[in-house]
Amino acid sequence: MSKHFVYLDHAAATPLDPYVFDVMKPYLKEVCGNPSSFHTVGKQAKDAIEVSRETMARLLSARPDEILFTSGGTESDNLAILGSARANKEHGRHLITTAIEHHAVLEACTYLQKKEGFELTILPVNTFGLVDPDQVAQALRPDTIFVSVMMANNEIGTIQPIAEIGNIIRKFRGSNAFPLFHTDACQTVGTFDLNIERLHVDLLTLNGSKMYGPKGIGALYMRRGIKLQPLQFGGAQERGIRPGTEHVAGIVGLAKAFELVQQDREKENERLVRLRDMLIRGILEHIPKTRLNGDPKKRLPNNVNISFLDIEGEALILYLDAKGIYVSTGSACASASLDPSHVILALGVPYEVAHGSVRFTLGHSTTEKDIEYVLDVLPHLVEKLRVMSPVHVEEKYFT
Amino acid sequence: MNYQQLPQSGKTGDVSSKDGTKSWFYSDIVKDHFFHPRNFMHEDGDTSIYNAIGKVGSPACGDELRVWMKVDPKTECILDFRWQTFGCGSAIASTSMCSVMVTENDGMTLEEARAMKPQDIMERLGGLPARKFHCSVLCDKALRDAINDFYRRIGKPEKIIKEASRMIDPISKVTDHDIEEAVLEGAQTLETVQAKTKVGIGNPGVLPAVEELIRFYREKYFG
Repeated sequence: MSKHFVYLDHAAATPLDPYVFDVMKPYLKEVCGNPSSFHTVGKQAKDAIEVSRETMARLLSARPDEILFTSGGTESDNLAILGSARANKEHGRHLITTAIEHHAVLEACTYLQKKEGFELTILPVNTFGLVDPDQVAQALRPDTIFVSVMMANNEIGTIQPIAEIGNIIRKFRGSNAFPLFHTDACQTVGTFDLNIERLHVDLLTLNGSKMYGPKGIGALYMRRGIKLQPLQFGGAQERGIRPGTEHVAGIVGLAKAFELVQQDREKENERLVRLRDMLIRGILEHIPKTRLNGDPKKRLPNNVNISFLDIEGEALILYLDAKGIYVSTGSACASASLDPSHVILALGVPYEVAHGSVRFTLGHSTTEKDIEYVLDVLPHLVEKLRVMSPVHVEEKYFT
Repeated sequence: MNYQQLPQSGKTGDVSSKDGTKSWFYSDIVKDHFFHPRNFMHEDGDTSIYNAIGKVGSPACGDELRVWMKVDPKTECILDFRWQTFGCGSAIASTSMCSVMVTENDGMTLEEARAMKPQDIMERLGGLPARKFHCSVLCDKALRDAINDFYRRIGKPEKIIKEASRMIDPISKVTDHDIEEAVLEGAQTLETVQAKTKVGIGNPGVLPAVEELIRFYREKYFG
């Protein structure tokens, strides 16, 4: 084992904030009641949920009854898409999404297309991973009931013009109720002001594990008046849309984590952008045949995604792992499906670029020393693998 | 009992140790070959001293292997075996282990090398994750390609074993080789092979032959 511990996979999961853990503890131990129970201990649990709901609502500039607690990002995305498409199919059967969405969005949409008779438009992105708002406008049809565009991409960090797209959709529908606009904001909870009114979204997904909160908890903002068909049945919790005994400690932790990341947002963004750019510059300048994936400017403060040409990403992450550096790859070899990242391929680059892509995502614990250490060991590891490789990709793919 | 201790499952990785207490995605032998690869061809290596070369894969599909072999023309023993691999940890470790196996104990004869199977490489590596099995198949194929190249160069075409592919479904243009690849990538049933290859979709007459091949390759590689 390496004596170093440089965790650069915050887009996958963030460590739990100790303060969040502290506020969760009573709800894991003393407050044992079921929030639906009609006694003091039950009411304590119920109160904790409602206070958390108010906190969430305040941070989103929404109303408490517009916040639904779920088990995480995947469930929120699924519920938003399957729930609203099924509940509103008499108003139209056309859905729009983009090629770089999380699988929780893409697979829910393709399921509706294949199994339930919906039509699906998947919008392309440009070479930086940006969705063109004009293309959204052109794809809108009178029978479009749902549009889903993620706020920022989890792999390449590209930030989408959500407010602009929301405005286009709002103008298009005029006095009609459809199409609804959904965004998956999981990667941006600690980055942006998520004021719902300014974003012009109708549904918004967020989760705990990307904002130093607990895993297995998430929320869905749904604008008042929207109808969703539940995915599960058997209780009146969360207004019957998401029945099942609530994860009380998780909910309390989610709200506290959201509050904390929003408080320090601006200062932390500034710090991360500096470290991010230091890492990007260091790699591009000192390691030949490297390519930055995603937009250089419209980019999450903590995301660095680089393709190391002529080598394969899984091999590199294992070499980094041995040095105590923990990162992710878009390579096929690291995925159970043996398919390379759909996000990197959507940028219009050859498969080789996707196979050699590595994602570093920074977080609260990341220091300048960590970045210096990565920049110190990385060139040697890349060189070691390149010496073993027979592949020499043409220059046009990395300049 | 110490309740504070973190539970560790030997089954969380794809490969687990014999006592089931430790797991990693790769065995210790795989890691050793991956971090300390044997016999690879240096960039400035002199390739002219080798009398057979083999190649398989392409960077687009995620793996590319090249091998250089020095064979004694009289005894047909493998004197030296060098390689370069673009691929994941198991692709690198498989080629490294293959190079050790064909050259140890004064080297295998080409006949012995041809009798070697991907499973033999995998066994020596202490196992590979199931979804990485195709990596050991790739280096076996590169080795066979090099053996054919040797016979081609010395003018013994009758000793070349062509792994010709046979068209199974002329409509979807799927060959037996495509079905072999699909099985190696984990497809075990007609439905999963069809999902990968589209074989027999709109041409159900070929399905019995396809099912026969799936059974054949499953037994060959996983039996």
